Amino acid sequence: MKLDDLQRVAEQEEDFQRAYKYRINVCCSSGCVPFGALKVLKAFEDAVKEFGVENECKVARTGCIGTCSVGPAVLVEPGDYLYQSVTPEKVREIVRDHIVLGLPVKEMLYSNQAYFQKQHRLVLRNAGKIDPSRIQDYISAGGYSAIAKCLATMTPQGVIYEVRTSGLRGRGGAGFPTGQKWSLVARAQNFPKYIVANLDEGDPGVFANRTLAEADPHAIIEGMLIAAYAVGAEKGYIYIRSEYPLAIQTLQKAIAQAKSMSLLGNNILELGSFKFDLELRFGAGAFVAGEETAILASVEGRRAMPRPRPPYPANSGLWKKPTLIQNVETLANIPLIVQNGGLWFSRTGTPKCTGTKCFSLTGKVGNPGLIEVPMGITLREVVFDIGGGVPDGKKFKAVLVGGPSGGCLPETLLESRIDYDSLTKVGAIMGSGGIVVLDEDSCMVDTARFFTEFCIDESCGKCTPCRAGLARVKEIYDKITHGQGELGDIATLEKSGVFIRDASLCGLGQTAPNPVITTLRYFKDEYFKHILEKECEAGKCFKTRDEEAEQ
Amino acid sequence: MAKDDKRRFMLEKVLKEHNYQESALLEILHHAQEIYGYLDKDLLMDISGSLNIPPSHVFGVTTFYSFFKLRKPGQHIVTGCLGTACYVKEVEQIMEAIEQEFNLKRGGSTSDGKLSLLITRCIGACAMAPNIVVDNEVIGKATKELVIQKIRQVLSEEKKIEA
Repeated sequence: MKLDDLQRVAEQEEDFQRAYKYRINVCCSSGCVPFGALKVLKAFEDAVKEFGVENECKVARTGCIGTCSVGPAVLVEPGDYLYQSVTPEKVREIVRDHIVLGLPVKEMLYSNQAYFQKQHRLVLRNAGKIDPSRIQDYISAGGYSAIAKCLATMTPQGVIYEVRTSGLRGRGGAGFPTGQKWSLVARAQNFPKYIVANLDEGDPGVFANRTLAEADPHAIIEGMLIAAYAVGAEKGYIYIRSEYPLAIQTLQKAIAQAKSMSLLGNNILELGSFKFDLELRFGAGAFVAGEETAILASVEGRRAMPRPRPPYPANSGLWKKPTLIQNVETLANIPLIVQNGGLWFSRTGTPKCTGTKCFSLTGKVGNPGLIEVPMGITLREVVFDIGGGVPDGKKFKAVLVGGPSGGCLPETLLESRIDYDSLTKVGAIMGSGGIVVLDEDSCMVDTARFFTEFCIDESCGKCTPCRAGLARVKEIYDKITHGQGELGDIATLEKSGVFIRDASLCGLGQTAPNPVITTLRYFKDEYFKHILEKECEAGKCFKTRDEEAEQ
Repeated sequence: MAKDDKRRFMLEKVLKEHNYQESALLEILHHAQEIYGYLDKDLLMDISGSLNIPPSHVFGVTTFYSFFKLRKPGQHIVTGCLGTACYVKEVEQIMEAIEQEFNLKRGGSTSDGKLSLLITRCIGACAMAPNIVVDNEVIGKATKELVIQKIRQVLSEEKKIEA
């Protein structure tokens, strides 16, 4: 395919879509499929035929619309009418009233406008709007024009300059400046070079990367292409969790389509001699594999164990060659930056932390789902304005930001802004983007114990602070939650937490004590109650031996 | 192994596709588990021989990743999601109820081999928490009653087929 062909495909697809007056987007992502989305899709296809409107109404299978708690969700364009909890039985009514008569079915519409008002969709620009299984949909939405622009008019250095200007930082959690990372790999004089896209979203309670892959796989591929051009890489891998079958399927299809249109492979777009090949690699259920040196070991077919840095992957990564590792969310931002310029991108968010961030908002919150917000928004806005606060008249207790190794923040810190530095200051992390809301039914001591247990399970066992330290911490928690806690335990926990944080080899160990440290910092009262009065207000702890034996 | 000719043939094809390369070990293990259902000692020895790498390396990699099953699972598999969102929404109570009702422990199977209860750290349907998966069907916003009823149903369907 040549540059002109790309333009032609886009125009053809636009004409094709213009022929339809309406478009019904049925969310068929992993959040909605278990609840009958495929049956709803089939029902829509049948219903438009039954009413004889199949020539003016297109039924499309799309990715996540974002309102995962009221699935299956259906979006009718034009007008962005969002229907919630659609069942096959309700489909005929929607087609009859909305499509045939032009009267939206009000009582089935998603009424919570606040959910979308404070969101800002850059990464998820196409999610729920395009059919991820059709490359033409992506191309007509402006897709692959950014890589075309790079190849036709920009030098690799020019691309890196734009990414630097944008201020984009790695969305995998650590927040390393993306442009700087690219410069390092570009400067390395050792060939071939590799790119690894990190889609090993191991955090329980987080599904933003999966959603992106299911909804807009080509955005990830295009981001990788641009990165490859900028740093001079010829081969890329997408490392994806094997627990994400639909995302794998979607990506496989997308890669095959891109190859067949020679957007991957040799002589891409017949502009210069740029070539890039892409393969999927499957994870196998190891949380630590998301760490950048561990992911390399796993792609090479070994145990996913981190190694000390330096040497950094930028100089010595896959098979000891220069390797660029980026989270897929970071990569999905790249086409936008190339298209609109780094300066344009840097206007969203805060000066030090530009752009947006996707979060999985879950737990005891009214509107759980997948959200994308500008950096710098406050936690209160996310939990109460977008999330709708705590349901069932319960009282808000804490918000856990950053997954199992994030921090538990109390109500007094809800004015904290979401950006890498502010979150670190209060003891939380951006992590991979999980926000879990806890209400008065959660016990903070028990919560910290739960996360410690998770990190013990997932510790690779290489370094002692993480392997042995976390086990000791859990022993203390078991003591406290069984009524044998002593006052000295608090100091021991504090000391151990700080020690594990400072002495561990990789990000897993360094962040694992965060729940311990933050619950001790903000909810010390609960620890005292557990130890001195043997009382757990949430009723989670102090199960008798009989009760435990029963389990 | 010899008596499973067809499955061994499929495995050989996978090995060949990956050029018997050590770096493809994870991919090969994934395929082998798909073909055989689980990875037992003989199978791992076979893979180790085919790739010409030490058995300790193959065992090391296999046991490191929780996705690989080393024991034969039950005919029906119930998986409880113990991710954060499900934990906060009391999935623990449902797990305890299943364990009591069907007399098995998480990670194990019933004595007749009909039912296994596994845990996973997140299936990613957090907005519908708590989630329990019964034979690949996700039950979202699960309750004890719903799940137990569903498990009884899949178990009884089997009896019907047998009869």
